[in-house]
Amino acid sequence: MREEIARDSRVFVMGEDIGARGGVFLATDGFEAEFGEDRVIDTPLAESSIVGIALGAAMNGMRPIAEIQFADFIFPTFNQLLGEAARARYGTEGSVSVPMVVRSPYGGGVRGGLYHSQSPEAYFAHTPGLKVVTPATPYDAKGLLKSAIRDRDPVVFLEHKRTYRLVRGEVPEAEYTLPIGKADVKLEGRDLSVITYGLVLHHCIEAARELASEGIHAEVVDLRSLRPLDAAAILDSAKKTGKALIVHEDTRLGGIGGEVAAIIAEEAFDYLDAPIMRLTGPEVPAMPFSPTLEAEFMLDTARIADAMRRLARY
Amino acid sequence: MNESQPHIAPKGLSSEKLLDVYRRMVLCRTCDERVWLLNRQGKAAIVASSQGHEAAQIGSVEAMRKGRDQFYTYYRDLGVLFALGMTPMDVMLGFTARAGEPLSGARQFPAHGASPELGIFNLSNVVATQIPQAVGAALAFKMRGEDAVVIVYFGDGASSVGDCHEGMNFAAIHRLPVIFFCENNKYAISVPLAKQMAVDSVAGRAEGYGMPGIAIDGSDVAAVYEAASEAAARARRGDGPTVVEAMVERYLPHTSDDDDSRYRPGPELEEARKRDPLPLLRQKLMDLGGLTDEMDRSIRADAARQVDEATDYVESAPYPEADGFHDHVYAEGPT
Repeated sequence: MREEIARDSRVFVMGEDIGARGGVFLATDGFEAEFGEDRVIDTPLAESSIVGIALGAAMNGMRPIAEIQFADFIFPTFNQLLGEAARARYGTEGSVSVPMVVRSPYGGGVRGGLYHSQSPEAYFAHTPGLKVVTPATPYDAKGLLKSAIRDRDPVVFLEHKRTYRLVRGEVPEAEYTLPIGKADVKLEGRDLSVITYGLVLHHCIEAARELASEGIHAEVVDLRSLRPLDAAAILDSAKKTGKALIVHEDTRLGGIGGEVAAIIAEEAFDYLDAPIMRLTGPEVPAMPFSPTLEAEFMLDTARIADAMRRLARY
Repeated sequence: MNESQPHIAPKGLSSEKLLDVYRRMVLCRTCDERVWLLNRQGKAAIVASSQGHEAAQIGSVEAMRKGRDQFYTYYRDLGVLFALGMTPMDVMLGFTARAGEPLSGARQFPAHGASPELGIFNLSNVVATQIPQAVGAALAFKMRGEDAVVIVYFGDGASSVGDCHEGMNFAAIHRLPVIFFCENNKYAISVPLAKQMAVDSVAGRAEGYGMPGIAIDGSDVAAVYEAASEAAARARRGDGPTVVEAMVERYLPHTSDDDDSRYRPGPELEEARKRDPLPLLRQKLMDLGGLTDEMDRSIRADAARQVDEATDYVESAPYPEADGFHDHVYAEGPT
C-alpha cells in the first residue's frame, strides 16, 4: 500500500483508526505521518458510508482503498458494495468505472468470538461485477494488493487475520504484481488435489508434508482469488490426480467449495477416481469465543491430514 | 422587456435565463405528461413523475456550473436532466427502454445510469445510496484542489436512511463542496411527513451536523436559485456543505404503479395545485413583461412538437440487441 500511495497521487486510504493508530492490525502504521491526513483519512464509525464515499471518489477519478476494520462489520456495506459498486459499470453501460479496493481482515482462530471471526467471502464471490481476493502468504498479499489497487473494477481484498502473525515469508523489496484470478500450485503432487485458500492453506501444506512421509503425495492448489475463480487451474490439478479435496474455513452450504466441486464434476468427471470431498467450517452461525469451542470450529492440520488419507485410500 | 429587467429577482437570474428556465419547465412537464400517457397505453413500463418538482430541479441546476459540477440525481429528477441539456428524445428512449438510451443503454429504469459528460450520476433506485457517493465525489474534488461542486438530490423519504446521516456527517467534518438538495414533497410513497420525522424540516437537522440548512419554497424558481447559488458559492469558497430543502408538491402518485387515492385526500391535492410552479413562473414572467401570451403559446407548441417527434421516434425504435448483454461487467483490456 505504501508503495502504491507514493506511486499514484490518486490512491488514498480511508477507514476506522487507520490514522494515528495505524489501523488495529497496524496495516497503515506510519502512513499518516508519511502521507498526511488528506490521504490517510480516519473516518467516523460508519461502514456503509466508508464504502459509499470511496465509491463516489472512485467514480470521480480517485483510487481509494477503504478499510473495514473487521470483516464482521462489513455487512452494512452490502448495499454500497453489492448493490451499487458491483453494478456501476454494467448499469451505466460502461461509462462509469469503480477502481476501488475494500480491504478487510477476516477469519477466526484469534479468540474473536462470534463477531471478530467471520468468513464472509462467499457473499461477495457470488456477485458479478466484484473481484474477490484472499491471499494467504505475504508474497501473494503484496503482489495481489498492488494489482487490486491498479484494477479498474471494485476488489474485495480479504486478509485472514490469523496469518498476520502466524505466517512469515519473504517479500521482495522490488516492484512486482500478481494477476487477480490466477490460482497457484503451492505444492506439486500426483495422488490427490487439495484445493484451498486463506489460513487453512498453511495447514494443508503441513498436512501434505506429513503425508509425503507416508508415501502419499498431495498437490496443494491455492485459489488466491475467488472471483474470478481459476477454473483452468482447478481442472488441471483434478485431472492430473483424479481426486479432489476442497478445504475452507467458511461454512459449507453455499461456500466456495460447492462451486469448485461443481466445476470439477461438470468438466472433469471422467477423470475422477473418487467422489469429490469437502472439508469446511461447521454449520453453526459463527465461531464461539471459548478456546475449546473455537477449536471445535477451526480446521487444523490433523483434521485435514485425516481427510487427505481417507481420500487417498479411496 | 429590458425596462423590466431590474425588477426580476434574484440577482444573477436575468430575464433571458428565467425565460429559459420556463421553457425547460414546460418541456419537462409536457414530456412527463406524455410518458404518463404512454404508461397507461402500456408503452412505458414504469414512470416516476417530476410534476410539481420542476422549479426546484431546474432552478437549482441553473445555480450550478454545467460541464464542471456534478449532479447526483434520483428517480424523480426529470427536470435536472432537461436542465442539463437532455432532450425529450433522450428521456423517452429511457421510458420506453429502447436502444440508444444514453444513460444506461436501457439496462436501467428510466433516468438511471450516468452521463459523465453531463455530470449526471444515478446508479440505482435504492433510496439514499447516492448521498455518500456524492460526498465521495466531493472529496475527490477537494483532494485535487478543484473548485467544482457536487449537488445531490433526494426526497424526504431518503432523509430517514442511515446513508443520509452518514454522508452529511462526513461532508460536514471535512467541509466538502457538496449541496444536499432535498425535494420534500411530504410523502415517502404513502407515508406522510408526520410519520417520517418528529421535526418540522430536514434542513433543521443541518445544525446538528455543523452546517447551514435552509428550507425554501420549491415552487419559486427565484428562491431555489438564490439558495442553491449561495450554497454553491459557499462550497466553492471551501466553507463546506449546505442542506437546501425545497418544499414541493407531488401531483401524481409515487409512480405509475401507485394509487394515491388510497392515502391522499382529494382536497389536499386541490390545495397543492395552487402552488404549481409552472403557472406561478408564467405569471411572474408576464408581470415582469418577460413573456407574452403569444410567446407562451409558441413555447408550448414547440415543446409539444419536440415531444410528439420524440414519441413517434421511440415508438418505432428498436429495443437493444441482446448481443451486448454480457458487456461491461468488468473493464476490458489491460488495467
